[in-house]
Amino acid sequence: MQFDYFQMVDRVETFDLEARSLRCHAQVPDSSTIFEGHFPGHPIMPGVLLIESMAQTSGYLMLALAQYERMPFLAGVKDAKLRSFVRPAASLVVAVSIEHEGSGYTVTRCRVEQGGKTVAEASIMLRSLPFPNPELKATLRGFADRIGMP
Amino acid sequence: MTATFKAVADIIAEVCSIEPAKISPASHTIDDLGIDSLDFLDVAFAIDKKFGIKMPIERWMQEVNEGKTAAEDYFVLNNLCSRIDELVAAKAA
Repeated sequence: MQFDYFQMVDRVETFDLEARSLRCHAQVPDSSTIFEGHFPGHPIMPGVLLIESMAQTSGYLMLALAQYERMPFLAGVKDAKLRSFVRPAASLVVAVSIEHEGSGYTVTRCRVEQGGKTVAEASIMLRSLPFPNPELKATLRGFADRIGMP
Repeated sequence: MTATFKAVADIIAEVCSIEPAKISPASHTIDDLGIDSLDFLDVAFAIDKKFGIKMPIERWMQEVNEGKTAAEDYFVLNNLCSRIDELVAAKAA
């Protein structure tokens, strides 16, 4: 994870096209200014960033399924549960699968695991739109390449 | 009142927190009920799941924006319910 650049996913573990699911590794940094404020002397990863990690992983899955022709945007979060504290240097797996693929939107079921235990989960809705410009499309494709998306 | 309308009205009432008494077959989802595009996505998701269909919202919007179809044809509830019935029938065929 690179908090400063809002990049919450490090590398693909498994991508299953048939099951329409994706698992990614996400390494929480050892230190960050975020931990200095959240909270002083008691650093834990903010829940909104755990949700963002699920949204980004969902987005990568949608990008791949749409063959990088449409850009996903976070539209809604439901049934979010933050079950355990996540500390600096934690090694996480973010697992997402498609719950429903609608017209112009997709709903995913997501969870974040640490050591095989679910620490966060949510149902996430993303709408998809054509890329606003080819440069952004290339940038997103570069992000996907960085984590090893096909 | 058709079963489809009853199901759609129930979904709209719950998803958008609208009093059921305000929802009629003649209601326009946007002009009368004030459902915005984000809430409509939630409504569409619930309808898709309830009826096991995929409403082609993007195509409908494109037709409306291009002037090929009036918005009322898709977004007044009795018309929306007719579209849903058509999609359900097409799926079963």
